[in-house]
Amino acid sequence: MRFSRFKALLATAAVLVVLPFVLPNNFMLDIAIRIAFAAVAAIGLNVLMGFAGQISIGHAGFLAIGAYGSAIAATRFGWPPLLAIPAAAALCAVLAWVIAKPILRLKGHSLTMATLGLGLIVNIVLINEVGVTGGPDGMAAPPLEVAGFALVDLRHWYVVAAVVLWLVILLSLNLYDSPCGRALRGLHGAEVAARVVGVDVALFKTRAFVMSAVLASVSGSLTAHYVGFISPQMASFAHSVELATMVVLGGMASTFGAVLGAALLTMLPQLLGGLHGYESILFGLILMLTMMFLPRGIVPTLALKLGRKR
Amino acid sequence: MNDLAQFLLSGLTTGAVYALAALGFTLIYNASGVINFAQGDFLMLSAMVAATLLAHQVSYGIAIAVGIAVTVLVGVMLYRFAIRPAGEADVVSLIIITIGASIFIQGVVQVVLGKNQQVLPPFTGDTPLHVLGARVLPQALWVLGVAALLVAAVAGFFRYTLTGKAMLAVAANRLAASAVGIPARRILQLSFGLSALLGAVAGVTAAPITTTVYDIGLMLGMKGFVAATLGGLGSGLGAVVGGLVVGVLEALVAGYVSSAYKDAVPIGLIIVILLVMPHGLFGRKSTERV
Repeated sequence: MRFSRFKALLATAAVLVVLPFVLPNNFMLDIAIRIAFAAVAAIGLNVLMGFAGQISIGHAGFLAIGAYGSAIAATRFGWPPLLAIPAAAALCAVLAWVIAKPILRLKGHSLTMATLGLGLIVNIVLINEVGVTGGPDGMAAPPLEVAGFALVDLRHWYVVAAVVLWLVILLSLNLYDSPCGRALRGLHGAEVAARVVGVDVALFKTRAFVMSAVLASVSGSLTAHYVGFISPQMASFAHSVELATMVVLGGMASTFGAVLGAALLTMLPQLLGGLHGYESILFGLILMLTMMFLPRGIVPTLALKLGRKR
Repeated sequence: MNDLAQFLLSGLTTGAVYALAALGFTLIYNASGVINFAQGDFLMLSAMVAATLLAHQVSYGIAIAVGIAVTVLVGVMLYRFAIRPAGEADVVSLIIITIGASIFIQGVVQVVLGKNQQVLPPFTGDTPLHVLGARVLPQALWVLGVAALLVAAVAGFFRYTLTGKAMLAVAANRLAASAVGIPARRILQLSFGLSALLGAVAGVTAAPITTTVYDIGLMLGMKGFVAATLGGLGSGLGAVVGGLVVGVLEALVAGYVSSAYKDAVPIGLIIVILLVMPHGLFGRKSTERV
């Protein structure tokens, strides 16, 4: 098991290194960067939904807090973005930790509605606090600076995105096989059984929630500094559903599934030419069809098929 | 004092809309234990279809009837093509399916009927009536009346008809219900159709006041769910009381505190309710079997 994880990480690194030389133009490179940032959030949400089995359709809220947090710290208080990103992530961690205990006592549709509500509250605040957030029109975010050197070149951004993504994949794969990961997967399968064998259910759920919130925040911050502009749309219900769709489609509890889900859902809108209505139709169909015919998601289903043949 | 009366009355009116949305949740939940996240979109769909037909010179009555019929059809199709094929999927999967359905319906409406806000004219004019020094739109009375009628009808359905009792039986234990000869699948399909009907009627009744747009279903559904949970999921009376409470609270906050944050009221409320009294005002306590 340990060996295959090592191989997977090596293969990922190889793909990430080769990719920029294979991609034909800057347009594709731009999409690759966006996919990497989306994947960071999806991997985080997968820890909560896939590992621990706690559904959230409010995670775009954390993503937006990360984006706005670091953009506001950088523009209004003049913090360097490299400091603003971890500061926003820390804020998300504290928020998530405070919310987690009461929220994660809920199950099923109650938990879904509560997380949906949290996301909507972030959205409402972003729209209404015009003085700080720029309101519905959004606000600009300054570019990332590393050692006094502003990142504007796409290739530099790609390096940042690839390194961050690889580190997050490493983190997630290690977590899967760690005692903490086993505890999380255990409480996914049977919460009461996990409690009986001594798993501190509340503690592990809280950890998963905080981790997913922090990764969403980092993803949001990086996206903000990369795109240079953010709007309350980031915290919308549609965006939360998009994140959840990445996890569900790629495969619950599969790290590479989350990456694949992020890649597919980031590329699909490009094919549709930005027609918003068709995007909703497609996301809705994907969610329904995946749950009906591929409830495990793409990667775990494929892994199972290949495993059987051998 | 006049302000207060005005806020209370407008709160009761929006509250009646939430009560109608909540009833739809209650019905499907009673039959299948599923929370249908597309319930709010049923309200939106009937009103959008009716408003579009009206704009194309279809007569008022026919436009509304078609709007309701389309919505009921969509409700039945949701069960036939999405919920039933999923078979014995767990609750989380079913939730995700209905979320997918909600996004899907919103997308189709956006593409076919457009993104613009639409208005339905009120049933009987818009000359305000004066009650206790406050102004009330006649449509508000329609909303309250229709809500009362539907609540009574649903209560009667569960209490006095064989089909209603069969629905409760299916909810309690699907296998046992099938064993005594109740066609469980047909009952479930009926529950989706009926809750779509409730949503559709609520949608066209409320639209003259709320106006309608492709994504209004999210907030309506959310508030309907808050109302249903506050009243205790599965209780018809609870849904109505819950709806009215949510509506009045929202109106008071909008009037005295901040209208920008009125939508945050039910959301904050739901989190408190779920944590403090998960069985609501009228719900029965249940224990989880392991």
